[in-house]
Amino acid sequence: MLMKVLGWLPWILTAAVLLACANGQVRSVAQVGISTLRQRLGAASVVVVGIAGVVGVLVALLAMAQGFQATLQETGSNDTAIVLRSGSQTEINSALDHAATVVIGDEPQVQHDAQGRPIASPELVVVASLPKKGSSTDANVEVRGIGQDAWALRTRVRMVSGRRFTPGLRELIVGARAAKEFEHTELGSKIDLGGQPWTVVGVFDSGDEHDSELWGDADVVASAYRRGDGRNSVTVRLKSPQQLDAFKAALASDPRFKVDASTTLDYYSRQSDLLTRTIRILGTTVAIIMAIGAIFGALNTMYAAVASRTREIATLRAMGFRGGPVVVSVLIETLLLAIAGGVIGAVIAWALFDHYTASTLGANFSQVVFEFRVTPALLAGGLKWALAIGLVGGLFPALRAARMPVTEGLREL
Amino acid sequence: MKYLSLIWSTLFRRKTRTLFTIFSVIAAFLLFGLLDSVRGAFANVGHNVAGASRLITISKQSLVVSLPTSLLMRIQAVPGVSAVTYANWFGGYYQEPKNQLVTEAVPQNYFTLYPEFVLPAAELRSFHDVRTGAIVGQSLAQRFNWKLGDKIPIQATIFPQKGGSNTWMFDIVGIYHVSDPNLKAEENQLYFNWDYFDQATQFGGGTAGWYIERVAQPKQADRVARAIDAISANSDHETKTQSEDAFTAAFVSQFADIGLIVGSIMGAVFFTLILLTGNTMAQAVRERIPELAILKTIGFSNRSVLSLVLAESVLLLAIGGAVGLAIAAVAVSGIRAKLGPQIPMLPVGTQAWLRGVALMIAIGLVVGALPARRGMRLRIVDALSGR
Repeated sequence: MLMKVLGWLPWILTAAVLLACANGQVRSVAQVGISTLRQRLGAASVVVVGIAGVVGVLVALLAMAQGFQATLQETGSNDTAIVLRSGSQTEINSALDHAATVVIGDEPQVQHDAQGRPIASPELVVVASLPKKGSSTDANVEVRGIGQDAWALRTRVRMVSGRRFTPGLRELIVGARAAKEFEHTELGSKIDLGGQPWTVVGVFDSGDEHDSELWGDADVVASAYRRGDGRNSVTVRLKSPQQLDAFKAALASDPRFKVDASTTLDYYSRQSDLLTRTIRILGTTVAIIMAIGAIFGALNTMYAAVASRTREIATLRAMGFRGGPVVVSVLIETLLLAIAGGVIGAVIAWALFDHYTASTLGANFSQVVFEFRVTPALLAGGLKWALAIGLVGGLFPALRAARMPVTEGLREL
Repeated sequence: MKYLSLIWSTLFRRKTRTLFTIFSVIAAFLLFGLLDSVRGAFANVGHNVAGASRLITISKQSLVVSLPTSLLMRIQAVPGVSAVTYANWFGGYYQEPKNQLVTEAVPQNYFTLYPEFVLPAAELRSFHDVRTGAIVGQSLAQRFNWKLGDKIPIQATIFPQKGGSNTWMFDIVGIYHVSDPNLKAEENQLYFNWDYFDQATQFGGGTAGWYIERVAQPKQADRVARAIDAISANSDHETKTQSEDAFTAAFVSQFADIGLIVGSIMGAVFFTLILLTGNTMAQAVRERIPELAILKTIGFSNRSVLSLVLAESVLLLAIGGAVGLAIAAVAVSGIRAKLGPQIPMLPVGTQAWLRGVALMIAIGLVVGALPARRGMRLRIVDALSGR
């Protein structure tokens, strides 16, 4: 609750300061200050660039966290569930024998398709090593062996080019992001998997984590990796999200196997938690330290600005202007510089990093390719930081301007 | 040097302004210290002296595909290989899934290839004698408060036991430590007997995850690596052998391009800092034009005036930079003490200080250059008359 109020504070205070412009005295004092800004461009740019730096770095790092989290979370949904061997947190660590994969699909909570068959996809996950584009080293890429039902479960998937693989053949389709990151992923190229050559026949796009994967026929992948008829996971479509508990209970009561089920949304969210949190902590820490530096820069600039206008402010006071309008006018000037800095920083971060592609090692021990996402919420957050820095950096110089003894001020050169 | 007091007093002529600028410099170098420590930790992985003579052999398909144990004898026979061991990834967690562990099943000669793991001889002997024995790193032992003789249950995430249970019981028979403070992260592993793993696991027994070889002559490493890979050429388990350094570097680079991220942040930070301190120096010189003219009048050469201003800006950066790096050093050791050495941050050492000092001098010269030139070029008559 307290954090929420604090979060709104920069907006509220800025709004209050700007509203004060309705007052004629405030407006005229502020106008004088702003009209002389051009003569102090060098000093003013310190505030602008300092704040732009903070906002740019903050928004860029948070956009990385946002992009990674969104990529994983969008992979999952509430009405599909993934079944893994009990104790395994990821598909690559899990193993289910053939009997289990059949029984899981037969549970009554599983949705059936138009032909009356359960929508349940036993899938195989193996890791292959492929050279990364623009680098001499290999990186891990996830190869997913799927059956027919996988298509019914991943409705977002569409073919961008080429065609689907033919069941029974050593053919692969490549996720759009994997195609961007790895060599040998063009249509018609050969990839060595399990010591055998596979042909790339299509590129698919799903906009989520699957885009980092290579897909092939589960039976053929299994034979290449000598995995028999066991599988890593079974993903099913539930009749409704509310059926999850019943589904889990049904699986738990079966003595033939020990498995755990969770919604795919849950499964993929869990995988993004640690990295997302780490990046957010890193980004906020860096931004706080940079903000401290920027605040002192703003203080310097604004104290100098006030000092250079000593005589003018004293004259205004002598004419009967009160202290309040002087305080507010200095604050307005700082806030305008801060807003300029915030906008510049946010625009730079957006221009450079929105849709910037990066990859990291994901839970399945293979590359997850994701795009930075600079969302409106992140931009607003960056602007809020800018305003907060402006308020703190402007307040003390503003107070000094208002407290200045008029007689001494008039004598200043 | 004799002008130090002059430089000092001009620097603090406007106390508030100089202090505020110094605070900004402190913030920038605090950030530099922290980020450099993170970057160093990632760059440092795998770079140790002992690692230079070790090779790692993994399946050519990928690290997660295991290799037959029959390779052991054949690798041993390769000329130039002085010792071979192997390991299986086990993973697992202690008590809660968030306490993920780095756990490996290893044969008894494993520690002879890792002399950097310091372990009392008696404890190594009990590792040989106790089937369920485990050897853990000191940092890991401290984290969970494990002591010699403790029985600890570890939950398997990959390998259930033959009965289907995920719980593996280990007896802690040894605790090793690593002397090099930069390698403290290596103290987070748990090693247990490969024989126990092989006999108790439901599947995955009878294989080796990867092999580690020590070469007699590090210079021959490439030749030995090729000879090892030749053993399995054209088989269904082709291998890829590389130096431990190269292997780890490739592995770390899969997480992220840490250098690029840290580099971009530092770029933004120092660009801002140059502008900020440059502005301060410009203001300081502008105010002092008549004073500089007087210095010239009483015989200071152009060059001395230039050096005085440059020295002032370098001093400004050096004070702030030193304080900032010192705070970073304290913060890093604090974080390491609190969160344990597995946190990827190296202590701020000589290398970091040298890089920091180089940056302070470089930035000091850059921001001092324009104001100093202005001071050098001023014409005494104009300056004294305030034109």
